[in-house]
Formats: sequence, structure tokens, C-alpha cells
Amino acid sequence: MDAPQVEAAPATAVLPSEGVDALLAELARQGYEVRGPTLRDGVIVHDVLDHAEQLPRGVGDLQGPGRYRTTERGDDAYFGYAVGPTSAKRELFPPRQPLWSAVSVGDADFEIIEADRASPRVALFGLRPCELAAIAIQDRVLLHGAVPDEVYTANRADLLLVGVECGDPAATCFCTSMGTGPGTDRGADLLMTELLEGDHRFLVRAPTAAGAAILAALDTRPATEEDLRARDTVLREAAEGIERHLDVEPIHDLLLGNLEHPRWDDIAGRCLACGNCTLVCPTCFCTTVEDTTDLAGTSAQRERRWDSCFSLDFTHTGPASVRNTTRARYRQWLTHKLATWIDQFDTSGCVGCGRCITWCPVGIDLTVEVATIQRTSEDPAAPARS
Amino acid sequence: MTVLDAPVEVPTRGALTSRPYQVTSVRHQTHDIVTIDVAPQQHPIAFKPGQFDMVYVYGVGEAAISISSDPAMPGLLSHTIRAVGWVTKALNDLQPGTTIGIRGPYGRPWPLQEAEGKDLVVIAGGIGMAPVRPAIVQALRHRERFGRIVLLKGARSPRDLVFRDDLDRWHADRGIDVHVTVDSAVRGWSGRVGVVTKLIPRVPFDPENSVILLCGPEVMMWFSAEALLARGVPAERIYVTLERNMKCGVGSCGHCQLGPVFLCRDGPVFSWDEVSALLDVREL
Repeated sequence: MDAPQVEAAPATAVLPSEGVDALLAELARQGYEVRGPTLRDGVIVHDVLDHAEQLPRGVGDLQGPGRYRTTERGDDAYFGYAVGPTSAKRELFPPRQPLWSAVSVGDADFEIIEADRASPRVALFGLRPCELAAIAIQDRVLLHGAVPDEVYTANRADLLLVGVECGDPAATCFCTSMGTGPGTDRGADLLMTELLEGDHRFLVRAPTAAGAAILAALDTRPATEEDLRARDTVLREAAEGIERHLDVEPIHDLLLGNLEHPRWDDIAGRCLACGNCTLVCPTCFCTTVEDTTDLAGTSAQRERRWDSCFSLDFTHTGPASVRNTTRARYRQWLTHKLATWIDQFDTSGCVGCGRCITWCPVGIDLTVEVATIQRTSEDPAAPARS
Repeated sequence: MTVLDAPVEVPTRGALTSRPYQVTSVRHQTHDIVTIDVAPQQHPIAFKPGQFDMVYVYGVGEAAISISSDPAMPGLLSHTIRAVGWVTKALNDLQPGTTIGIRGPYGRPWPLQEAEGKDLVVIAGGIGMAPVRPAIVQALRHRERFGRIVLLKGARSPRDLVFRDDLDRWHADRGIDVHVTVDSAVRGWSGRVGVVTKLIPRVPFDPENSVILLCGPEVMMWFSAEALLARGVPAERIYVTLERNMKCGVGSCGHCQLGPVFLCRDGPVFSWDEVSALLDVREL
């Protein structure tokens, strides 16, 4: 348990299912703008939440390689689905971020206007353990690097995180391989577990003072042994329901020892180099910058936006692209995510959320690709397995 | 800590915001290479040889450019730029008096301190002179600290030779042994003809007690490194500076990755033993 010792033991309470609205109201009362899961265009995305009716209650999902469908669960579960395409990255490190602007002064001079970094106090509601793990990775990359990123830092400040453990993972999930789920004891201010058996209720823990302040204001009752056992059952069944597996231990040396493996060619025959995987990935952080002016050239804007290592001009030396082939670009993405990320940030870049599998239009599954390379590897450092 | 390794101010706040500099002169080096001298509108920022800046042209964009001026005079900052893309073409067309934006300096510098007491061998191809020029200027200022100082300078043709004033001056300077060669000559060229790597086996320096600074096209660096290794220079004392496009300069935009390294943050200067295996992988 890595929680700071300065705080009291986390408060644990039980919130009846009808209490979700009161929880959202309390977050608003304490000055948070709440963003959480809601159904839009047949997909569960994160958006502004004012009340519990906006939550996708009774909605489930069916996910597979290149496949996502929402379903009717036939119950009242608030969180009976796995992650959708949006992640906290969209809130903390938005797709488009103004860096600064400038106005021309005379013919040859200009003046820089810094971007306004003031952001509302935000509570991200309903984040899954893999999402919380992704935020921890982004913290390491964008907050604790040599030069903290100013956009991420501003959005991360005063952020309240409300996590919800997973009771119904998707077929594309592999958090158990990455050690990020389906349950967690940290990474959020409030941690909720939805208990559907018996009385529909939530077990709520508050690992931080900010979370405890929310929890204390709600109409709850103390958790019993039975409630805690119910949580254990939910998490055990969720873990047992996870079908995919990634063999993490040898992965760094396996991938970097197989940069010329024929499987990269095989993947390149399927990969469209569309970049969907990088956009839905909750940790991919690559960006580019766009410069624009108004028609008269009196003002200029610099805007940063998400970029993807799948684009041809992503890396070039002089005018010449470095990675001309889809093979090289997919290899860059996967080896960075699973191997060189560890060299750079002392953590994997993958949390096992499965988004890159679900949202790949041709259903490329990194767990299958890694296993195939592993099975057919000729590198003695990475022995083939059956 | 010596003068050569004075602390460098690392920008941490507003790391992505340019500071205004006024262009004081634009010196045309070749048909597509200029050196732009700028003066800061605020206090100057110290830099080390081999570091680079992100240079912004109003409304056009930003590019990573090596600093080519004397580190002892950070108030007289120069960048030498070949017109390749939109931004570098706009930089080539600048007029004196224009304001441009600069942020930096960024990156790991040349290990001049390590070269003290040893021979310093600088090998530059084409515009590869730009990032090594501050190292030569600084080493000559502290001449007594080094053994031999040797410059091997290659260019495609005489008309592609940059920093001719420096070359003329250094030719007359007994403190530095300058060898210039061109790949193909034209009428009136009385100097050497041939690729710069061919000079490596012949010029006088002590391979076992030297530090090499190497900058040029990747293929030229490969052949140079091989010639240096063949002569007995250890890989860890051959330093190269690498180039890839960059959007941030601080290791967060992802563009300049080469395997595990970010060129901007971990380089652009690397020892040959650090990067040769990475450079050996096609399209890495």
C-alpha cells in the first residue's frame, strides 16, 4: 500500500444507489465541475455531468477487436460497462491546446500573448482503475519530467478523481496483465464499487482528505463485513472474466530483440496507419504544433494538437521521412508503448484498457501480436513459448 | 567545474513560449544557407557548444536550429540555417530588423571538458559546421587546455563551403590544424578533392588520447566513425550530433525519438557507443 501515511485510515462507507445524485450534487456544491460517463451517439463518452440521469444507467457494452456496441443490460447498473473511446487524457491533455498567440507590431515586430491557463475545478467521475493508472503514467511523463508540461500541470491542479472499480470488463480488457485492475486502492480521492447483488449500493472509500470531505457530507452507513465481501466477489468475478493476456515480464527485451521480426511485415499488411490506436490510448502523449494567422497577418496563433506516430511526416531528417513504411510506424508505436517507454519513464506505457484493440478499424490486437512474436522469436533471450 | 562547463539556465516555466530577438544581420553563406545574427530584447541566456534553440518566425512556425556562435558572447547569438522546409525557408528570407522568437537553449552539449588534456578532432560535413563551430571557438579561446586541435571539413563543392571567414582565419592560426576537402571541385579550386572520411587515416592526432566531435549527414558520420574506429579511437570518445524534427525541445512531443532516446533531451550529442546500434536499425 503506497498511500501516504499522514492521512487517517480511509473512510469506508456504503452509499445507496439512489445516493449517486446526492454525490454529484455535493461535488457541484464543493465547487467542482463534474465530468463523467454519458451515452452519446451510441457510445459511452466522458462529458459534463449535472445529475445522475445523464449516467448511462442500465447500459452495457460489447467490445471486441474492431467492434463496439452498447447494449441494454436489463438492470439498473450505473457502471455496467467498460471504458469507451474517451479517457481522462481528453480532459487533462486536450486534443487541441492553445500555446500562445502573438500580435504584429509594425512591419517587423510582434508581441507574444501568453495563453490563459486558468481552468475550472474539475472532478472526473467514474474513472476505472486502468484510467487512474493511465493518469499516473501521464503524471510521470508530463508532470514529473525535467520540464513539467504547462497545460497538463494547470489541468491537473485541484483535480478531484472519483474512481469506480470494474465489475463487468470487456472482452478487450487485459488490466490483470498490467497490474492496473479490475480493482484498486489508490489513484483517486474517492473509490466506488457498485454492488448489484442484494440492495443496489456502492461501497465508497476515501483515500484522501478531499475525498473524505465529500464522503462525510453524504447520507451513508458504515460498511459491514458483508459489504466488503460483496466487493471481493465483484472484483474476483471481474478478474475471472478477463480473457486477454499480455506476458509483461519479458516484453522489453522480447520486442527490442525482435525489431526485424517478420511479424511486423504481417501487421503492416493489415494496419491502415490511421492512428486511431494513438488517439484512443489514454497515455499516448505525442503532439505537434500548428501555426496560423488571420487573413491580414495581424495576429498569429500557436496551437498544440495530438499527433500520431502513424503519420508519414511524424519523424523526418531534413525533408526525408524516417519511417517510410507502415511496418516501421507500427513497430515504433508498439515498441514505444511496451518497451522503450520503460527506458524513458520507468513504467510501461500500457494500462491494459484494450481501447487500441476495440477502436482499431481492422481489429489488430496487440496482445495477439506480442504473443505471436514471442512464440516465433529466434532471440535466445526471449525463448519461444507454446 | 570549469569555465567550459558553466551552468546553463534551463527554462522550466513558459518552456514553450518564445522570447523576442531582433535580427541584426543576415549573412548568406551559400545559395541556400544563411547565418542569422540576433540580439535579445531581454537579458541574454548562456548556452554551451552543441546546444540548439527553437526558432520561431511570426505566423510561419518553429524549427530546431543549432546555435553557431561563440558561447562566451551569449548576447550575440547566431543560428546557421539551410532552407529545407517552410520555417527554414522563411528564416532564409528574413530581413535585418525583423523580430523572431527564440526559446532554449536545449540539449546535451559537446563534452569539451572531457577533451581537455587530449587531442580535439572536429569532423564536419556541409552545414554540420554549425553545431561544432561554438566548440572550436571555445576550445581556441582556452587553447592551452587541449593537445592538438584538428578540423576536417568537407563540403559537396566549393560553393557549398560555409563559414569561409572562419576557415581562412583558422588556416592562419597555428593553434588549429585545418583540412578542407570537397566532394567535387570546380575550376579555380586548388584545394583537396575527395570525401572527408578519407582524411581520417592520415591527419596527425593521437587516436588513443583524443575526443572526436562529428557532425554531418548520417552516412558521412557512419563512414567517419568506422574510419575512426579502424584507427583505434574508442567508440565512447567519438561524439556525434543527431538531427530529427522537433516540436517541443524538452522531450514531450515525441517526434525526435530514436528507440529509447529523445534526441532533444538525451542528445542531440551522443557518443558512438550510445547510438550506433540504434542508427543501425532501418527506419527506427
